[in-house]
Amino acid sequence: MTKTANLSLKALSKRFGETMAVRDLSLDIPASSYVVLLGPSGSGKTTLLSMLGGFTAPTSGQIFLDDDDITLMQPAQRPTATVFQDYALFPHLSVGDNVAFGLSVRKVAKAEAARRVAEALDMVGLKGFEKRKISEASGGQRQRIALARALVIDPAILLLDEPLGALDLNLRRQMQDELRALQKRERRTFVHVTHDQEEAMAIADTIVIMKDGVIEDAGPPQDVYSHPRSRFSAQFMGESNILDADISEGMAETALGRFPVVGKGTAAVAIRPENFTVTPGEGAVSLGMAALEEVVFQGSFVRLSARIGNVEIRLRVPPADISGSGQQVEVFLKRGGAAALQS
Amino acid sequence: MANTVTVSPETMAARRERRQGLFLVAPAAIWTLAFFLIPTLSIFWLSLFKKTGGRVGDEMTLANYERFLSQGYFRESLFNSLELTAIVAVLSILLAYPLAATIAFRVAPRYKRLCLMLAVLPFWTSYVVRSYAWLLVLAPNGVVNRTLLATGLLSEPLTLSFTQGATVLGFVHFFTMLGTLTIYASLARINPKLILAARDLGASQWQTFWRVIFPLSIPGVAAGVFLVVVITIGDYVTPQILGGNNQLVLPQTIIMQIQRRADIPMAAALSVIMMVVVGLAYLAMARKLTAERA
Amino acid sequence: MTGKLASTAITVAIILVALVFIYLPVGTLVLFSLHDGRVPVPPFQGPTLEWYGRILDNPRIMSATVSSVIVGLVSSLVSVALALLAGWGLARHRVPGRKLVEALLMMPLAVSYLIVGVGLMVSFSDYIPKSVGFVLIGHVVLNLPLAFAILYVQFDTAQARLEAAARDLGASEAQVFFRVTLPSLRIPIIAAFALCFTFSWDEFIVAFLLSGFDPTLPVVIWGLLRTGLDPQTNAAGTLVFLVSICFALVVELFLLRKKPE
Repeated sequence: MTKTANLSLKALSKRFGETMAVRDLSLDIPASSYVVLLGPSGSGKTTLLSMLGGFTAPTSGQIFLDDDDITLMQPAQRPTATVFQDYALFPHLSVGDNVAFGLSVRKVAKAEAARRVAEALDMVGLKGFEKRKISEASGGQRQRIALARALVIDPAILLLDEPLGALDLNLRRQMQDELRALQKRERRTFVHVTHDQEEAMAIADTIVIMKDGVIEDAGPPQDVYSHPRSRFSAQFMGESNILDADISEGMAETALGRFPVVGKGTAAVAIRPENFTVTPGEGAVSLGMAALEEVVFQGSFVRLSARIGNVEIRLRVPPADISGSGQQVEVFLKRGGAAALQS
Repeated sequence: MANTVTVSPETMAARRERRQGLFLVAPAAIWTLAFFLIPTLSIFWLSLFKKTGGRVGDEMTLANYERFLSQGYFRESLFNSLELTAIVAVLSILLAYPLAATIAFRVAPRYKRLCLMLAVLPFWTSYVVRSYAWLLVLAPNGVVNRTLLATGLLSEPLTLSFTQGATVLGFVHFFTMLGTLTIYASLARINPKLILAARDLGASQWQTFWRVIFPLSIPGVAAGVFLVVVITIGDYVTPQILGGNNQLVLPQTIIMQIQRRADIPMAAALSVIMMVVVGLAYLAMARKLTAERA
Repeated sequence: MTGKLASTAITVAIILVALVFIYLPVGTLVLFSLHDGRVPVPPFQGPTLEWYGRILDNPRIMSATVSSVIVGLVSSLVSVALALLAGWGLARHRVPGRKLVEALLMMPLAVSYLIVGVGLMVSFSDYIPKSVGFVLIGHVVLNLPLAFAILYVQFDTAQARLEAAARDLGASEAQVFFRVTLPSLRIPIIAAFALCFTFSWDEFIVAFLLSGFDPTLPVVIWGLLRTGLDPQTNAAGTLVFLVSICFALVVELFLLRKKPE
């Protein structure tokens, strides 16, 4: 049975000179979950991961693993293991010796170590690669070796720092699926840092969006995407139309008229391009006639840019919906398609 | 198919290019050939003759090499050279490694360049001048003896100059600087994340050093040792000035054959032996000299 | 915080001890070149510039200085010129046996200076008189591989594109070389020249074996050593050291700065 644990960050801060990289951040990560820290560069996500790994001491705050305070524990003692951004594989050691490193420094018996290394390599699909040199491994293989090297020491928490950043797009997609499958099979907590929102949505149980050292939004991918908490989070998770609004009792008053919104915010309204439609449907609200300004065919959908009154909006509709239509179309808001933002 | 033999434009262009290339390379190649390769080969050639009655004999013979093997004087100079080189190599690396590691891992980044520059600046002192400067330091009434006498650690001045110890010191000083450069270059190339990864995987500082940092710095150590071998075995100046006429080394016997005995063939044979030693050292170390790349 | 302070103290201590060892000989040399006394040993008296005055009045040292400067300048110039042509030829033209030529040009680096000197002496002493000229030939042998190593790597693809652009705009081969290649490589050329000069300027063994009645400065200093410790030798040695340092700094500034960390 794999050991894992609940991770709890309490009021964590990190100051570098004048700048606060992480600011009074609290977060609970339940055992066996896949958490993705998502944010632009400089958002503090990498600093946060580095504090979890024990490479950076927080300026203030605490980190708990179940009931143990691990804030000041050395990386070597911590039940965490890190997959580094460029993998940091030891170039002078073979694939097998790289994976065996953590066992060998712990003086695990040779036979036992060899068995566990073989198991770990098998788990990442590199069975029998022990004798190969690191220089002979491809990018994807290095990624897997780094994973095996971290997992073989049986960490409660696996930390992954932009682990797929160096791979090309196809390989990245494939590795995303593998990482997720591996996490589900192993039932360990994975904390994964990335700036790629598609990657985050594809693999996370929980996405934590960071900006300027604080958590901007957090939740399951579906929630964060459909009901973003803030303008930043709405825009970072993909294209979004943001409208100023007066919101009360589930209704928003905007430049496009009055319509129902979901969520408890009162600051503004966010509408994803695919939540507009040009065909009336059940519960859809008409927003009036729009003048089409740009129509870009993208295969399975058409991207539109249109104007209703003075408001410029972006839509995404099935190609069939606008075939043959002229310069003017009636635009509807799908039911539940507008999210109220808190900030 | 036409019957006339034609040269394709491609061949023409290639020929012209080759002619231009040879023309450009020729001066350097001819210089090296004439003033380096031929002289070096003539050392080999000359070593196969014997000096007879003030001139080089006509008969090819291995007599010089037989003399080398049979006369203790020559054999000892080779042993002295090898012993000196080994001592110098070990001591220099023992001093240079901590200095290079301190600069690479402990000094703040903005001071690294300055430290490195300061640490190797006296490298540019001429051999002759540097050895003379050590004489000043080691003389019976020099800086070291005066300091030790003044502090009461000594009652009599030590004989420091004109000893094998002085030669070793002169070389170690030089190679501490050179070794610091080569080892630092290796250490600076190590990805800092490898060190973090080792710590993350549970290695102690000691284990991190011996299992990650040291193996990755071997090319720098090997480069340092190789320079020690090539330069120490071939240097006449340092042993002559600092060591005096005690425990003669190979270059001293070579110069002795040239200046005192005017025995060029014997000097040539000794030079060949020197080249062979350096060549063997290179072959032994060639594999260690290249860095492993991930 | 005290731990950090202690760690800094250890670092500073290691560096200081190392620097004391490294600078002990040259520091003593320079200090006692200013010594007001006949023997350059402690306790230090002075300072005085008397010994520098003496070497300026010493015709042997002065003519040796001139010899050294000539050998240094000319041999560096020749080395850099030959290396530049060879680098251009090997990098830009399909030269038959390229690997072999590269190996030939680098070979002198693998052999000690003593061998180079002995080789030239035994091969050419019947044809070339021992002189500044003979030393110069030897120094080009020593410096050519250094200059070649520095300059050859500069003929990279970026440099090739630059030259192709000039050719495309109608420049002849000579124009490309003099108006594009030379100016764009001026920094490594200066660095190579300075490096060659430092090596040639204070080289002893080849000069010792190949010079005649007009020895270079290191050979004259060698002769002075027979008289034992003498502040005049300190002054001459300091002079040699300072000139070397100036050129070494040129190398440092021009060559090493180009490589970003």
